[in-house]
Amino acid sequence: MIFAGVILSGFFLAFLVAPLFKVLGKAAPWVISLFPFSQLLFFLMLWTNRPHATGELVACTQWVPGAGVDLCFLIDGLSMVFMVLISGIGGCVFLYSKDYLHDDPHLDRFYSYLLVFMSAMLGLVAADNVISLYVFWELTSISSFLLIGFHPDTPEARRAALQALLVTNLGGLAMLAGLVILAEAGDSYYFSELIQRGDVIRAHPHYSAALLLLLTGAFTKSAQMPFHMWLPNAMVAPTPVSAYLHSAAMVKGGIYLVARISPIFGGTALWFGALTIVGGITFVIAAVLGLAQRDVKRMLAYSTISVLGMLMAVLGIGNEKAVQGAMVYLFAHALYKSTLFMTGGAIDHAAGTRDLTRLGGLGRMLPLVAGAGILAAFSKSGVPPTVGLIGKELIYEAGLHAHSAQKVIVAGALFGNMFLAAVAWAAGIRPFVGRLQSPEAPHALKPMMWFAPLVLGVLGVALGWAPEIVEKTFLHAAANTVSGHPVPMDLALWHGFNTAVLLSILTLAGGGLLFWVRHRWRRFAEARPWVGPDILYDRLLSVLKGIARLSTRLLQSGYLRQYMILVWAVSAGMVSWMLFDAAPLSWPAFAPVLPHLHEWVIGSVMMAAAVFAIATTQRLVSILALGVIGFGVTLFFVLYSAPDLAITQFLVETFSVILFVLVLYRLPELKDRSPVATRVRDALVALAVGAVMTLLVLGSPSVQYYPKISEYFAQVAVSAAHGHNIVNVILVDFRVMDTLGEITVLAVAAIGVYSLWRREDA
Amino acid sequence: MNTLLVLPVIVPIGAAAFIWLFNSRPRIQHALVLLTVAATLAVACLILRQTAAGDVHSTQIGHWPAPYGITFIVDGFSTLMLLISTLIGGMAALFSIGDTADRRHAGYFPLFFILLGGVNGAFLTGDLFNLYVWFEVLLMASFVLMALGGQRTQIEGAVKYVMLNLAGSTLLLAGIGIIYGLTGTLNMADLAAKLAGVSNAGRVNAAAMLLLAAFCIKSAIFPFFFWLPASYHTPPPAVAALFAGLLTKVGIYALVRMFTLVFVADTAATFKLLRILAGLTMVSGVLGALIQKDMRRLFAFLIVSEIGFVLMGIGFRTERALTGTIFFLMHMAVVKSTLFLMTGVIEHWKGTVRLDRLGSLFEDHPAFGYLFLGPVFALAGLPPLSGFWGKYVLVQAGLIEKYYLLVGVALAVSLTTLWVVARIWMEAFWRPACAPKRRADAPLGLLRIGPIVVLAAVTFLLGLWAEPFHAQALQAAGQLLHPSAYMQAVLGGP
Repeated sequence: MIFAGVILSGFFLAFLVAPLFKVLGKAAPWVISLFPFSQLLFFLMLWTNRPHATGELVACTQWVPGAGVDLCFLIDGLSMVFMVLISGIGGCVFLYSKDYLHDDPHLDRFYSYLLVFMSAMLGLVAADNVISLYVFWELTSISSFLLIGFHPDTPEARRAALQALLVTNLGGLAMLAGLVILAEAGDSYYFSELIQRGDVIRAHPHYSAALLLLLTGAFTKSAQMPFHMWLPNAMVAPTPVSAYLHSAAMVKGGIYLVARISPIFGGTALWFGALTIVGGITFVIAAVLGLAQRDVKRMLAYSTISVLGMLMAVLGIGNEKAVQGAMVYLFAHALYKSTLFMTGGAIDHAAGTRDLTRLGGLGRMLPLVAGAGILAAFSKSGVPPTVGLIGKELIYEAGLHAHSAQKVIVAGALFGNMFLAAVAWAAGIRPFVGRLQSPEAPHALKPMMWFAPLVLGVLGVALGWAPEIVEKTFLHAAANTVSGHPVPMDLALWHGFNTAVLLSILTLAGGGLLFWVRHRWRRFAEARPWVGPDILYDRLLSVLKGIARLSTRLLQSGYLRQYMILVWAVSAGMVSWMLFDAAPLSWPAFAPVLPHLHEWVIGSVMMAAAVFAIATTQRLVSILALGVIGFGVTLFFVLYSAPDLAITQFLVETFSVILFVLVLYRLPELKDRSPVATRVRDALVALAVGAVMTLLVLGSPSVQYYPKISEYFAQVAVSAAHGHNIVNVILVDFRVMDTLGEITVLAVAAIGVYSLWRREDA
Repeated sequence: MNTLLVLPVIVPIGAAAFIWLFNSRPRIQHALVLLTVAATLAVACLILRQTAAGDVHSTQIGHWPAPYGITFIVDGFSTLMLLISTLIGGMAALFSIGDTADRRHAGYFPLFFILLGGVNGAFLTGDLFNLYVWFEVLLMASFVLMALGGQRTQIEGAVKYVMLNLAGSTLLLAGIGIIYGLTGTLNMADLAAKLAGVSNAGRVNAAAMLLLAAFCIKSAIFPFFFWLPASYHTPPPAVAALFAGLLTKVGIYALVRMFTLVFVADTAATFKLLRILAGLTMVSGVLGALIQKDMRRLFAFLIVSEIGFVLMGIGFRTERALTGTIFFLMHMAVVKSTLFLMTGVIEHWKGTVRLDRLGSLFEDHPAFGYLFLGPVFALAGLPPLSGFWGKYVLVQAGLIEKYYLLVGVALAVSLTTLWVVARIWMEAFWRPACAPKRRADAPLGLLRIGPIVVLAAVTFLLGLWAEPFHAQALQAAGQLLHPSAYMQAVLGGP
């Protein structure tokens, strides 16, 4: 309950931001920034004081128990890692935003969105109930939509916001289906229980479907190829959003999901193949593309995609070292990537551009920002003594420990990491060193713009010196959770000289080389625009719109006659489907009673009148012909001894013919302009509908299953209802509610006529 | 006789007569409107109090025993529909008092309440022919309301509306006639009891198709939905909101009732047909919405698409699926009415509801923007808004029953819907205004803001506090699938 309160209070606070700004003015951001830090403190205290050193905590709050959805939270090592990152980096982002957006008139709105975003992320990584995970998942989609489109004046911003929303929602919906399939297969909607049932689920026939659907969700959220395009485009968002989105929030949702389901789904060939192939390809290609960017934020975005690919692949390998590497590198990445985005934003603020080819030597003006950037770049490229290096070496070891043929992963990792190292230096160091280059005279920055990144940058190095702090508190527990069983863990900068160290040195050397030739590679890539998923996305949307236009033009043509044809034809089709195909009938042997001569005569006259009514071009004649049909029906009523009905029908027919004649007298002649083909089609439809109705009616009275209720009316009309005319009694007593309705219909018609008439007068 | 059950019909129709008397005295008329709104809501709440615990109540009109007289009956499903219809009707009526454009015409409020009475009658009646009568009442009232403005587009839309719906009435009447010929009864519970003993259900199902076609027309199911996008954008916002919230729901209500109570034998083919129609309805609806520029037309197409979701749950035919259907019905009725009322406000501010001419609504009216976000994203089924619960329960039911294709289609439609609604937000609210054309800023007034806020609050409530609504829907779905209580309430006996 308390835990749920702590997580959900962010949503409530989001509504209080605007009043807070009114009351506190400039101090409001400080107060709001306290919130994530206090959450961080709460999580840490909760975790360190947990009753069982290894176990997890579950905190439940009811929500919609009938639908099996509640707000149960599972707090174990894995969710702790994420919660610490989300609230800790969130706090720094909150502080940074205060100065980054200090002159934005909608700063209060920004904090509201950010609070929703952060709280949704917290809920996502702590959710025990699979459906509540989906709820928080989509809440991050909505809030990121609002954040990416925070400055919606440009078409690019709106497009990027929509793209992020659609791509992640595509995955979200796939994930929803996957979660339901998983839950039904494992007979539980709680991760804490599903984790125990990995064997059952891995043997279940729906295993592959569930896994692939869940991975689709994870891949879209974590920007894996070919769904990655939304992430580089999302950098139109204000930089604090990017810093958060790329490090601790949003994109880490997919990694979290894969890590969470790893003990349930992991260890199979499909798991390994899907994750290493998609993750590996993403890792390498995005790293290569990243180095070709000139915009610092774009470059960092590609490097994020790349790192996410690496984490996916490593989780796919899934051995002891891999799981540890994934957890450590995840932590390291969150720290350095948020730092680098913040320094990038600071550069943009100070120098007026993010174009790396026009930046240099800013370190003299912005020494503290430079310090943060350089520390982060060290961690990213794996220079000792950083936590990034520890993670990277673990990942190399994971590859080296893999089965024989899978060792190829090491080569891929080495290749990709070289590019990432070059990217780290190009984005984190190069702008600060060398000759001064800046489009605008760089100006001093407000304190939070260097303070926030510096804290995170320093942390990345400090934890490299003393990794056991985070290892003991939660990284080890997280690795245990992801593995599904306890694994030994001993983080240290130096384990003696081994292959992994050699690979790290190779990475730095290769990275240096690539850094040297990066401009050549950029020019090469810029000269060759290629058809990427970003363009395919646009084409897909326009194809869909084309289909929509076509189908709507076909269906919603605007012509009443076409609608009528469809209505009658489809209705007749539905009836005949049931009559002939779906439920084959044993036609009752109805002995054809041949009609008498006078019945023949009346019937023929009616049919002739029907043909005449259609063929004539004079409205009046047509109406009269219809009248003939009506009177024919009246005669049949008389013949079959229903005088009351006959009288009614006679009156109605007479009245309507007179009315029509009065109204239609002044209208021009009918002209049938339709071509013959149309008329043939109409005739066919009409005949078919008539035939189906005839068949239906012919069959029906001969299989009457029960006596009619009207016999009761005949019995009690006099005795109980005190009326001799049964029709009257039915109308005003037995079925009086029908009559009330019909009277109302008449009243409505009268009101309509009156109102329209009054309108004419006025 | 449980008089309470006829009040949802009698109160609005009776009030309509009094309101008509005070056509030339707007103040008195408006007071009467307020009184009627309060009375109908109170009646609906009283009925809820009777049925909330799972009881079914019936009354035999004129004490003529079933199946000979006409039965009025409420169970969980009809109670929920009744509540929603009176809520929406009431809010739309209040909005009309605030919006002078709506009530220029003499017959406006009487027709409004007659329509509401007709809708309630359809929800309450336990008699097939009486259902037809209420259909006629609401058809006639809605037709006149639609044509009341007398503009060319309004008349054109109204003519299409009335012609297609009359075709539906014809089919309905023919179907009722044949079923009466087969069974000799019109009382729904009696029909169910009698058809349970019939071995050859094929013939009954064939006749049921006539009814189905008629209900499909009334509830705008593929390929019978043409009248809806052709007409809903023409009347004034309050009328459109009333139609959007109520008309199609009556058709769906009747469909649910007949296909859970009466036509329950040999269901393989009929329910397969329902599922096919559901898929086609949701796809064609959302595709239509995708290319609309007029916001009202767009919402009209989205009604079609959502009806597909509702129908899908009927096609799955499990308790869970029907729960989803009922929840979804409540959600879409409230959300759609809210949005149609909101288009009225947008038109008031900007003079248009065309997406290609709107812009910067969020900049100009941020509070309204936030209020709009909830219902509009609820349409796409984003959690934790109201649309999510229905969608989730339906998807879950479909996956459990292994209708993978249809569930896949539903999810794809949901994604496309998100695109559609995000586009509304981006073009009307985010994009800078193309031309700063603004009407004179007459104040909106509490009577127009109030109903919108109330309805929007209900949609938020349906999402965030879904449990009581879900519980009622679950109970109603159970009653639908196991109609013994219903039958007993009508026919008596064990």
